[in-house]
This record gives sequence, structure tokens and C-alpha cells, in this order.
Amino acid sequence: MPAPEKTSGWLERRLPVMSVLRREYIAFPMPRNLNALWSFGAFLMVTMAIMIASGLFLAINYTPDITQAFASVEAIDRQIPSGWFLRSLHMGGVTMLFACLYIHIARSLWYGSYKAPRELLWLTGLGLMLMVMVTAFAGYVLPWGQMSYWGATVVLNAAHTIPLIGKPVSELLLGGETLGNTALHRLFVLHFTMAFAIVAVIALHVTALHVVKPNNPSGIDPVSPKQTLPFHPYYTSRDGFALCLFLMVYAGLVFFLPDLLTLADNYVQANPLVTPRDIRPEWYFAPFYAILRAVPSRLGGLLLAVGSLAVLFALPALDRSPTRSATRRPLVRLSLPLAFLSFILLGVAGMHPPTETWLIVSRLAMAWWFIHFLVVMPLVSEREITS
Amino acid sequence: MTQSETSPSPGGTKRRDLLTTATVTLGCAGACALAVPFLNSLKNPSATTLSDKTLEVDLSSLAPGQDMTVQWQDWPIFIQRRTPQMLAALQTPAHIATLRDANSKMPQQPKDATNWHRSVRPDYGVLVGICTHLGCVPSFEKPGSAPEAEGGYSCPCHGSHFDAAGRVAQRAPAPYNLPVPPVTFLSDTKIRIGHSAGDPGFSMSDIQQI
Repeated sequence: MPAPEKTSGWLERRLPVMSVLRREYIAFPMPRNLNALWSFGAFLMVTMAIMIASGLFLAINYTPDITQAFASVEAIDRQIPSGWFLRSLHMGGVTMLFACLYIHIARSLWYGSYKAPRELLWLTGLGLMLMVMVTAFAGYVLPWGQMSYWGATVVLNAAHTIPLIGKPVSELLLGGETLGNTALHRLFVLHFTMAFAIVAVIALHVTALHVVKPNNPSGIDPVSPKQTLPFHPYYTSRDGFALCLFLMVYAGLVFFLPDLLTLADNYVQANPLVTPRDIRPEWYFAPFYAILRAVPSRLGGLLLAVGSLAVLFALPALDRSPTRSATRRPLVRLSLPLAFLSFILLGVAGMHPPTETWLIVSRLAMAWWFIHFLVVMPLVSEREITS
Repeated sequence: MTQSETSPSPGGTKRRDLLTTATVTLGCAGACALAVPFLNSLKNPSATTLSDKTLEVDLSSLAPGQDMTVQWQDWPIFIQRRTPQMLAALQTPAHIATLRDANSKMPQQPKDATNWHRSVRPDYGVLVGICTHLGCVPSFEKPGSAPEAEGGYSCPCHGSHFDAAGRVAQRAPAPYNLPVPPVTFLSDTKIRIGHSAGDPGFSMSDIQQI
């Protein structure tokens, strides 16, 4: 067939899409020993696409006005044809997105994917996590339920404690001291805009991945072509299969358990005069909320909550060991799972009322999180004997 | 990849072609199925949620020869009280000869309004006030206000003319008679728009064109 070849050649000389796709997504050499944890990046991409598509269609029916926002979300659930499905897809998507994000990051911590030459891959990834958090926060305010309103109020009051700039900046951004119409409208715009900014940073993240090539469970970069497999068909079919399993879990959440992770209080319209009895964050913010509560000072709590993420950004500098995979580092192999456990315990504590027991659990867990990153990692990387 | 998997067989097909085709086909089918609820959400929700809403109108203030307009489901609804002269004018053979659909053959009304006066009772007429040409709202011509005016409607946009029963004139650009909504008389001076006792199964979506 000479005609199509001519067309592709014409395109190739002007915009080499096909050859780039062939190089990066067909022939691209992947380490042959990747395990299932390497599929979570693909899950994140698919979830993000679903979030943007469902978000656009929800935005068509949403009204960012405090008198109508709650009713418009109820109308989406009850009146708009298939609206319940789009909303359930969007709400379930947040859970799937954060679950995959945390597993994706935990995998990078365990296998040392943040080390040279992948520092920028790590930093763009953490940047994406922060952007997703901001987007999720803004998005959670939009239904204008009681939890939307009071959750956001708590966060804003925490931000107000930042010396000098906290209050003026948040007033400038939200157009007032408390949450009102202006704030809701701006949060809607922020939610919308961040979604597309995330797409741009994903492009950076994936480009960086294709430059430095994926890490692998051994932490040792493949040296010979025998240690690699072409992306297609090996990893396309494997990621495809994993995606099917992932989508089954996602669909189960959307169709069978749409109310599993939502709070009943958010189906009561926001009332600035009544705070719900039991304010709880969404599960994905629970660890940070637990830190906020575990510290008896408002500014201190905020600093430590932010610091718990900042240590991740600093990790390439804190961990100087050239050995990547924790499986080859006896001390990290003990310390890092405890840090994972601390994160989970903080999450559980954040979902419970702040009783004495949960405060102690949060403080211990928080202490270990910081000890692991600020003490164990720098010391171990200097004097460890790796296997 | 081993050589046997990539090298074409004599027929020019590869061993994986079936697998690839099946995967792509099923993937596309899945994407199309997923698109259905997305497109579905763009539909007009009032079509499903408002259609059973009814409106009750009190006609006690309406004098013979007068016309009033109410809003029902975003549509202007004309309600007129007809005089004996108006009713007589509707039945003159000379007038009937000028109409496009004098006997209401097109489904523009419920069954109980498929008659010469296109209404449940001859003395009251209820019509959807939207010209079937390009959707303007026609204006009422009071009986006797012009030589030929016997309580009909004329459209300001392109001059379509309807008689008091909403029947369109042949010289008009509008193709169909004005639609008649389902109407039930609750008493002599009170009607319910949205439900027809004489044709209970009738829905506005049965109408040829609004």
C-alpha cells in the first residue's frame, strides 16, 4: 500500500508523532522484573481522565452560588438523566485517585525511586500530589453541604494562623473573612483550573519518566537489552489486565457502595449558624487532620502537617545512600514499614473523635514519621551495610 | 518477541491479530457504553421531571371574547372565552376552505379536542401560544377589531394566521395548527392544564410539532 506510507512520511517530516509513539510506547525498553505496584501510574492516568470527563459534565449542571449550589447538586443526583452516575463516578474517583496516589508514592519510597537520576520525577510527582490535594479540597466545598462548609472553615482558620500573611492572603483569595458566595465561586474556578494544570504537570512527569526510564524492584538499572522488554505488547497487556481489575474495584465503589465514603452531614445544606457535632475529614486528608489536632498549638499543628509533606520533598537530599531498594537495606526495611504504619494510624486517628487514646496514637505515629525521614534516613545512609 | 510471533503467515496476518482486534473492539465498545450516561446527562431534565406537573387556572374573570395567557411548562398558554359569533365563524364553509388542516388530522391535540372547535368545550379554547413556523408567540386579534378578525391569532414574525380554534390559514408559512394542551374542566370556571380526562394517555410529546 504505497499511499498510506506517503501520508505517514509527510506527517513524519513535519511532526514526528508516529515515530515518537513507536519509540516511547511500543519499543520503549521496560525492566522485565517490574511487579504489580508499577501499574498504579497507569491507574492514576485513567482515573484522572475519568475525573476530568465526569467533572466537565457535572460542571454543566452545577451552579456556583450559595443559594443554589446545594440544590443543583441534588438535582444532579435526582433529576439530571444519569446525573447520579456521573456524580458517583466523580466522588468514587477521588477515593481511587488518592488510594493509587498513596500506593504509588509508597512504592517509590520502598524501591528508592526518588534517587538520582529520578529526583525531578519524584518532585513533579509530589507536586502533582499537592495539586490533587488542593483540587480535592476546593471540590469538596462545591456541594455546599455542612461538611463542605465546616471542613473548609476549619482549614481556613488554620491558614489564618500563619503569621503576617495568613489572614490577608486568604481574604484576598476568598474575597472575605468567611466563606460566602465569592469564595464558593472562586473555589469552583480553582477546582476547574487546577484539573487542567494537573494534566500539564502529568505531561512533565511522564516526560521525565521517559528520559530517566522506570526504576525496578531490584533498584539496579538494567544494563543489557536482555534485562528489558518492549513496552508493547508486554506492559500494555499487563497494565491492561491490571486496569480491568482496578476498574472492577472502582465500579464496585460507584455502583454498590456510593455512600461508603461520604458523610451523611454533607447532605444537609451548609448552615453558618450550626456546626455539625462530629466534624470529620475525608479519609484521604485524615492523616494531616490528625496531625493538626495532635499538636496543642494552632500554628504548630499547621507547620507539622505541612512539614510531614515537606520531608518527602527533601528526601532526595536526606537519603544519600546510592542503594535504592529497601529490600537491600536492612535498617530501612524495618524503619520504612513503621513509617507506613504511622501514616495509616494517623489516618485512622483522624477519622475518630480526639479522645486521649487517639491523641497519644497520633503523637507517637507523627513522631515516628518525622524520626524516620529526618533521623533514620540520613544516619542510615551514612553507615549502613547493604546486602 | 520471537520471530514466529512477528513474521507474517502466508495470509499476511499475524498470530496476535485476533487478540489485538478483539481487545480494541471490546475496548471501543466499552468506551461507547461509558459515553451513554455522559450524553444522557445532557438531555433536558424537564422532559422527565416536569411533564407530570399540572396547572390549575381560574377562568371566572374571563369575559366572552376575552383572551388570557398563562405559563405552563415554559410555554405560553392562550385561554380564550368564545362568543357565539366566534363559534359561528369557525363553522362557515368559506372560512373552512381557507384552512390547511380544518379537521385537525395532524396530531396537534388530545383526542377530546379533535373536533371542529379544537377544545373540550366549545365556549373555551386552550392553545399553546407558539407559532408552528419558527416559534414566535402569536398575538390575539380581538373579535371585531379588524374586518376578518373573529378572535384568531396572527404571528408578528412571518405573518402566519390562525383562527380562534388555532387552525392555520393556507396562505400562512406555518405548517401545522397551534398545539392544544391536555385540559380537564374541574368546574364551569376552573380548568387543570396538564391532564386530559377525555384522553388520559395523552402526553405533550405525542404532538407533531410545538
